[in-house]
Amino acid sequence: MSQNGTVENVTINIDGQDVSVPQGTNIIEAVKMVGKGKEVPHYCYHPKLSVAGNCRMCLVEMGMPMKDRATGEAILDEDGNQKIGWMPKPTIGCATNAAPGMHIKTNSPMVKESRNGVTEFLLINHPLDCPICDQAGECRLQEFSAEHGRGYSRFIEDKNVKPKRTRLGPRVTLDDERCILCSRCVRFSKEIVDDDVLGFVDRGTYSTLTCYPGKELENNYSLNTVDICPVGALTSTDFRFKMRVWFLKRTNSICTESSVGANTEIWSREGKIYRITPRRNDAVNDTWMTDSGRALYKAVESEDRLTHYTIGGVHKTPEDVASAAVDLLKGGDVAMVASAHSSVEEQFYYKAIAERSRAKVSLVSHYGEGDGLLQSEDRTPNLRGALLTGLIDQLPEAELSPLARGINSGAVKTLLVVNEDVTALGISPDLLSKVKVIYVGTHTNDTAKDADIVIPSLMVFEKDGTFINQTFRLQKFKTAVPGPSGIRPDFMVLEKIAAPLADEKPAAVTLDEVWQRIAAKLESIQDSLTWRGIPDEGIALEPGALVELPFAETKNLKYDPVAFKEAQSAPAGA
Amino acid sequence: MNLKPETTEKIDKLVPRYPTKRSAALPLCHLVQEDQGYLSNEAIEWIAQRLELEPINIQEIVTFYPMLRTEPTGKYHVRVCRTLPCALAGAYQTCHRLEKELNVEVGHTSEDGLVTLEYVECHADCGRAPVVMVGEEEYTDIDPDKAGELAAKMKSGELSDGMPD
Ligand code: SF4
Ligand code: FES
Ligand code: FES
Repeated sequence: MSQNGTVENVTINIDGQDVSVPQGTNIIEAVKMVGKGKEVPHYCYHPKLSVAGNCRMCLVEMGMPMKDRATGEAILDEDGNQKIGWMPKPTIGCATNAAPGMHIKTNSPMVKESRNGVTEFLLINHPLDCPICDQAGECRLQEFSAEHGRGYSRFIEDKNVKPKRTRLGPRVTLDDERCILCSRCVRFSKEIVDDDVLGFVDRGTYSTLTCYPGKELENNYSLNTVDICPVGALTSTDFRFKMRVWFLKRTNSICTESSVGANTEIWSREGKIYRITPRRNDAVNDTWMTDSGRALYKAVESEDRLTHYTIGGVHKTPEDVASAAVDLLKGGDVAMVASAHSSVEEQFYYKAIAERSRAKVSLVSHYGEGDGLLQSEDRTPNLRGALLTGLIDQLPEAELSPLARGINSGAVKTLLVVNEDVTALGISPDLLSKVKVIYVGTHTNDTAKDADIVIPSLMVFEKDGTFINQTFRLQKFKTAVPGPSGIRPDFMVLEKIAAPLADEKPAAVTLDEVWQRIAAKLESIQDSLTWRGIPDEGIALEPGALVELPFAETKNLKYDPVAFKEAQSAPAGA
Repeated sequence: MNLKPETTEKIDKLVPRYPTKRSAALPLCHLVQEDQGYLSNEAIEWIAQRLELEPINIQEIVTFYPMLRTEPTGKYHVRVCRTLPCALAGAYQTCHRLEKELNVEVGHTSEDGLVTLEYVECHADCGRAPVVMVGEEEYTDIDPDKAGELAAKMKSGELSDGMPD
């Protein structure tokens, strides 16, 4: 690194083409930067783990410009170009860093032969059970064997037999025969989670991945080993044998478990979600996510989903419930219990509704213990959104006693509750029965049961929208599966409530139009930003004065409260 | 862990000699095995703790090297060399004879716990092949007949177990 913190570039030559790459880049990454789908096949190398160099799949040829040893002068060929001294043997790309003038061949006969050789060795004891293997379709071994394998085996001896279904932990099952001993999972557990339970025992062809007797791979990040296993050795016990991956549709989403906002992919088919995996974002979650975050989709099909718009328990249309809600809200003396689980767009509407019905807004905190990685103390995905939209202007409260007093004194007559069970937050059912309740939420609870008006809302997997995470990064999620039949996206119903409150006619809004309004109204969001313009990797917003609030998050993988604050107060460009 | 005071002393001297504690793992395995006869899980965990490692790190080493054992041996630990010079000089016949006389399969411990019989690689005395070790005692030029005599002495308990005391 140079003094101003930027990395200097070096120029290397890859297959005859000069490319400029940051110093310290290894050859696998450098070749990736050339683009055009160029890749050095590899198994054990992972961009977020230490380099082990054990699979030997990434062999390339390397040469350096020749210099006269005595004088240090360049040795030239007949054309006056500096000669390249090629190493007699291939070298592994993952452990070779780009150096000025370095020449690399990724496609020479020697390189191809090396890959073929490595592939043949890897397949000697491999069970070749792709037809029943979960990894098929996303297996590096399968892909590279198609390219570098010989198509038939020269091996006539019996293959090794190893255990096919070892339980490594509550969520991970190991098929030992498929393991190519790349040690990615071992390094992940040790380096990222600091839970060094995995290792190889025995030697040679008997080598086996295992946990120390009496220990298990049970940390909340165990399923990441399944993601990074380049073959089908580590499988998710939950997803095992459920679905072929090529049938699944992938949708970009955001994890709602905490304010970290891990970027995710939802894998679904015909309206059913089969799994959630992390999506790489170096500013948020690298390539990881929690196990608990992956299980959140199970709530989609849970029995207690709210599936009907109702007034007094009777099924109604969205229009009917909206106008009934408007009538209640117009009556005055309104209080709102908002949610940091709502999207930015919804919060924008709730803010409008609160303003127009002069409601006092409370928001309850959901704090837990942070794990220092990807599960922060704030277990809501969008507290920053509630602040930036102006829905609230201070950090959330632990419970609702001021609101309870308001109800008791008769100052509050109508309560709009978003996705909270207020009966567990200091408002007894008795007290609740004194007011009219409008409940908006995904699942039923004691508050919803007693509500006069119920507006079912969609889960994050069923709608488009955005959240703002702990570092004030605006991130968007897309619809992966349809919601319960007949349920509209929340903002459409909210429009039908917000507009009449200002004596306007509700419009048939799209998210694009909501975003035009948001961008025009909110200071922290650039006027030119459109819904479609929000990049997949998110966009950092200016927190402004909000940065001074004593947020609950402590240091975790990509967030350091102290450093974050300093970076915000430093003059731009420094 | 009940280590002899000498062993503990050796370990305490040894560990600080390495720039990182981890490097002392293999020597510690040998010292503890010498002391205990084998490396139980308890021993593995003790070593790991001593070196501020996880038990799996030691387990990896212990299962990698055939010299490190995870089970106790019989009273006599008999190791027959089968590297080329000994093999040519008849090490296999020697071993078969021992198997028969001692009623134990090579690679196992006899049911009565008297002997553990194993093949190993070169004892570094190839000129006097076949070479057999009993404990730390070396016996050279062991043809099947001499193997029979050794076996008889083990059964009668006359033979030293070859263990340094
Ligand atoms: S289980 Fe998978 S990730 Fe772990 S060593 Fe084997 S092949 Fe590599
Ligand atoms: S990726 Fe380079 S050796 Fe495995
Ligand atoms: S070969 Fe047996 S002692 Fe060397």
